Amino acid sequence: MNTEISGVIFTYLLTLALAIPLGRYIARVFKGEKTWLDFMAPLERFIFRFSGIDTKKEMNWKQHLFALLTINSVWLIYAFVCLMAQGHLPLNPDANPGQSPDTAFNTAISFLVNCNLQHYSGESGATYFTQHFVFMFLHFVSAATGIAALIVVFRALKDKITDKLGNFWDYFVKSITRILLPISFVIAVIFAFNGMTTSYAGKDTFISMQGDTVHVSRGPVAALVAIKHLGTNGGGWFGANSAHPIENPNYLTNTTELVAQCLIPIALVFALGFYLNKKKFSYVIFGVMTVGMLMFMIPTINAELHGNPAIAKMGVIQPTGAMEGKEVRFGPANSAYWSVMTTIISTGSVNSMHDSAMPMSGTMMLMGMMVNCFYGGCGVGILNFYIFIIIAVFISGLMVGRTPEFFGRKIEAREMKIASLIALLHPFIILVGAAISSYVIVHMPGADWAVKPSTWLNNPGNHGFAEMLYEYTSSAANNGSGFEGLGDGNIFWNVTTGIVMVLGRFLPIIGPLAIAGLLANKKFIPESAGTLKSDTSTFGIMIFAVIMIIAALSFFPALALGPIAEHFSLK
Amino acid sequence: MKTYLLPSLKLTLILIVITAGIYPLVIAGIGKLTPGHGDGETVSYKGRVVGYALEGQKFTKDEYFWSRPSAVDYNAAGSGGSNKGPSNPDYLKQVEGRIQDFLKHNPGVTREQIPAELVTASGSGLDPDLSPAGAQVQVARIAKVRGLSADQLTKLVDEHTEKPLLGVFGPAKVNVLKLNVALDELKK
Repeated sequence: MNTEISGVIFTYLLTLALAIPLGRYIARVFKGEKTWLDFMAPLERFIFRFSGIDTKKEMNWKQHLFALLTINSVWLIYAFVCLMAQGHLPLNPDANPGQSPDTAFNTAISFLVNCNLQHYSGESGATYFTQHFVFMFLHFVSAATGIAALIVVFRALKDKITDKLGNFWDYFVKSITRILLPISFVIAVIFAFNGMTTSYAGKDTFISMQGDTVHVSRGPVAALVAIKHLGTNGGGWFGANSAHPIENPNYLTNTTELVAQCLIPIALVFALGFYLNKKKFSYVIFGVMTVGMLMFMIPTINAELHGNPAIAKMGVIQPTGAMEGKEVRFGPANSAYWSVMTTIISTGSVNSMHDSAMPMSGTMMLMGMMVNCFYGGCGVGILNFYIFIIIAVFISGLMVGRTPEFFGRKIEAREMKIASLIALLHPFIILVGAAISSYVIVHMPGADWAVKPSTWLNNPGNHGFAEMLYEYTSSAANNGSGFEGLGDGNIFWNVTTGIVMVLGRFLPIIGPLAIAGLLANKKFIPESAGTLKSDTSTFGIMIFAVIMIIAALSFFPALALGPIAEHFSLK
Repeated sequence: MKTYLLPSLKLTLILIVITAGIYPLVIAGIGKLTPGHGDGETVSYKGRVVGYALEGQKFTKDEYFWSRPSAVDYNAAGSGGSNKGPSNPDYLKQVEGRIQDFLKHNPGVTREQIPAELVTASGSGLDPDLSPAGAQVQVARIAKVRGLSADQLTKLVDEHTEKPLLGVFGPAKVNVLKLNVALDELKK
């Protein structure tokens, strides 16, 4: 077997081997059982005492939401102010200026919502202060927000009839002290010993072998890159993200980064089973997600290994595959694996440039983000999946003529309304965004803005449309990767994607939390012969069908105009 | 609101100190123990720093192994790819231009011998590596310019070929900077 394919398979198996025990561990943490990280307890007690929080006070779903939204608003204001003022703040050895208001607006939202769309380049648009005290801080807390929200839903599924769903601060802080921080530490140490820089020194200058004077950006990168992946954030230190040789020096760090970004989303699926004592149910979910992942993965790897047909026609050889936008040390198979994982998991970091990928791969990446729940982001992946479960339960119930029930609770009109709205929100904000930007390009190409719409696109034709579609899909899915040829560093894109990111983050958290809270309050109906079993493969197929119908039907026309058309025109 | 706002503010403050202050400082401390002391490992030639081991640099002279095309011209103060789509006609013209340029500088080499990475830009614009084939195809040119034997250079490339991780995972590669430093050292 060739070493590129074996590398990919090894990476996936390693992820699973680590995710299953981690899932068991996460369930123990949130059930309050003994774990080997209990030595963090004094630190947690100190944090809670300092913040004046009593973790014994249990909250209902609305109080959870209030806490979540309040602290997120604090971070938004904090991040926005820091980014505008970064030119005057310490830790700025390269003397980079503050961000413009619209860029700061976009960037602050982007990191707050775990999206990490970057309309600036880290080398010139951020300082060491904002990289650490804004971006890295938000990497931790945005991931912990997702996990904490998911644990509320776990709790609502578990208890019989209650509106007491634990304490939000408790879930949130423990996500950091028991999961994110310790694992990030281990990963960052691996990175440091593989050449990633860790010191706070500014740019260096040297004269190259050929006599060119070269300036080299660097900085305390390793700590950030660890949590950037572990928290499925994706916002990188350098403009080229994890394609950059300092941000991703070799195949070992690449494997580590890949495992790190898939680790928690997969572990949380297993944690669900351990937490609720319904392992079979989590296997069904895992199975559906994995089939979905393979469905996107195989065509992508295949397309990249075959190379670009247009370049093949010129007579040069592509022994490894398509190389535009890719790094030799990773190769096309691994870059393809990464680009699918990073899009289904909502990380959005890249180790190759997605804009230069084959159109088939572009289609798969877009679909990954359109579905946005095959594994999905830290916590929010399962929250998105939960919406599809509710819809699947409802439809199955109607099909067999029974009242739809899920875990002993009736699903009624109110829950279905919320679930449908959330499921439709995603295509709505993506397609409306793409439509508006297309309109502006066609009808106002010469508008007198800082960047004229006629110069937004880096590629003509269907591919150009795909660049815009990708940008909104990535924003709505809180992914953060891009077809980076798009000229997105201007007020139009900063503002529109900023709005899409906020809607795409908080509504899909509020919806599932509300459904779970409402269901937890309903009368518990004991399982009987008439109950729809949620832990069977039949139900798995049902969920899969619902996901594919919603994603395929709503997005297919847009995909057909973009990468699918390009695929058939490329010979 | 006060029930949530005050704890939010305090919690934010303490978590900033822990995650953005203490955590990276500890990592920076551990980084001091690494080969590059956390500043990045450099490569020296004749006692002078000529580059960073991990970062590619521009090699366009015939006497050196060329590095890959770069969308940022190997300016390491920034980074990035071309972001050209695979069907973009201007891009395909550019690739054709690179092929012809390569053929001109490497007489005797045919199109079917040129691996794609030599005519396509990398993702970072700072790709430090070539595939072994990408280095070998340049051997004849360098041998002629430098008056060395092709066998000697082939051997040099082989010596600088880094095997896949543990021999089985990922591609083999050649670090262009280290290869070119070794090439200059051959002269002595």
